[in-house]
Amino acid sequence: MKLAITGGTPQFETQLERRFGRCAYFIIVDTETRAWESFTNPAADARGGAGTQAAQFLANQGVEAVVSGDFGPNAFTALDAASIQMYSAQEGQAETLVDDFLAERLERVTGSTGPAHHGGGRSQGGRRR
Amino acid sequence: MILTVASGKGGTGKTTVATSLALAITDISPVLLDCDVEAPNAHIFLQPQFDQRREIGLPIPEVDAVRCTGCGRCAEVCQYHAIVVMGGKVLVFPELCHGCGSCTLQCPEGAIEEVPNVLGVLEAGPAKDGIYFAQGVLNVGEPMAVPVIRELKRWRPFPEGRTIIRDAPPGNSCPVVETIQGADFVLLVTEPTPFGLHDLRLAIQLTRELGIPAGVLVNRDGVGDDGVEEFCRKEGIPILMRIPLDQRIGKAVARGEALVEAFPEYLPQFRELYTQIQSLIDSRQDAALPQAMGTRPSNDAKAGWS
Repeated sequence: MKLAITGGTPQFETQLERRFGRCAYFIIVDTETRAWESFTNPAADARGGAGTQAAQFLANQGVEAVVSGDFGPNAFTALDAASIQMYSAQEGQAETLVDDFLAERLERVTGSTGPAHHGGGRSQGGRRR
Repeated sequence: MILTVASGKGGTGKTTVATSLALAITDISPVLLDCDVEAPNAHIFLQPQFDQRREIGLPIPEVDAVRCTGCGRCAEVCQYHAIVVMGGKVLVFPELCHGCGSCTLQCPEGAIEEVPNVLGVLEAGPAKDGIYFAQGVLNVGEPMAVPVIRELKRWRPFPEGRTIIRDAPPGNSCPVVETIQGADFVLLVTEPTPFGLHDLRLAIQLTRELGIPAGVLVNRDGVGDDGVEEFCRKEGIPILMRIPLDQRIGKAVARGEALVEAFPEYLPQFRELYTQIQSLIDSRQDAALPQAMGTRPSNDAKAGWS
């Protein structure tokens, strides 16, 4: 199956990037052959809707499971609708996270794990009072 | 005349100033618009009787599942990523939608219809001493303040031609830009502290970018340092009024009393402030005349302004 891991750099050795929607790269691995490819996350610098855009990208790539740190509510809803399984990890290299995934050592995500962010362009991270 | 009271930094006294200014010029029956739609509170001081109400919404897409082929065109054209197509199923995220209508226009099957999504309400009515009051209230959890502010600015439940005071939200982001746009003057309320100065700089940049003249009101004068003073002098920004640091003012405002009601001795100063703003707007309009006739205004004339 096709597994996506959110990474900070475009290598198989990359450390896990814990932000799903705004990670720099997706490492997409074929879990049978361990063949991997890296993709720039088109949503990394999105003004808003990064979670939904990233989810759409993975769905278009035919990904069936994804490992990241946190999944916001919009990302969760979109990934769930695409039947993409979500797994959460604290840290680790993409390469070893594949093994963790195959050994079923990762925590399955069944609900949003973080707050809505609503982008960098609009609310600027909340009110300034 | 349209005057926006803004600040950059929050909690500097925008609402205190906006409401007291309105109460000082009741002879011309001003209108006060509370544009801080995330947390409007000017009503506490002016006690309006709301008799007008309007819901504000954005048109958001609703997809006819029968006609939809799941082609994904809507998701492709949505620059806000408010609509995604997953395995042939369309999902709409209303809180991300800006109501631009691209998806509806681009759907090859005509399967998308626009339905209103309510973001908040506008309320208006007569308030104290002949002041007319209107405010926007954004629904809790709704991130998009700008459409509500935009409609509040356009709304005319009162006769045209009245002086309008807009009380802005804090900060320098889109809701503040919207509240400043279209105003004749921006009164920036600041406090003489490094925090006040930091955000005042940003606010000044914003008013210059928008080409709207600005002046400063220093609140809690006496606290902090000379930074604001120096900045205004160097940049040629007029300081129009000062309100000293006075615990009694803070206590009165905390009780819900307007500054000029608790301390009527400030009334003449607020009236003078209004007169000064008016003459600054008038002199700017006079200065702009040569430009309209084809001569360039000198940089000196612009220095204090843009």
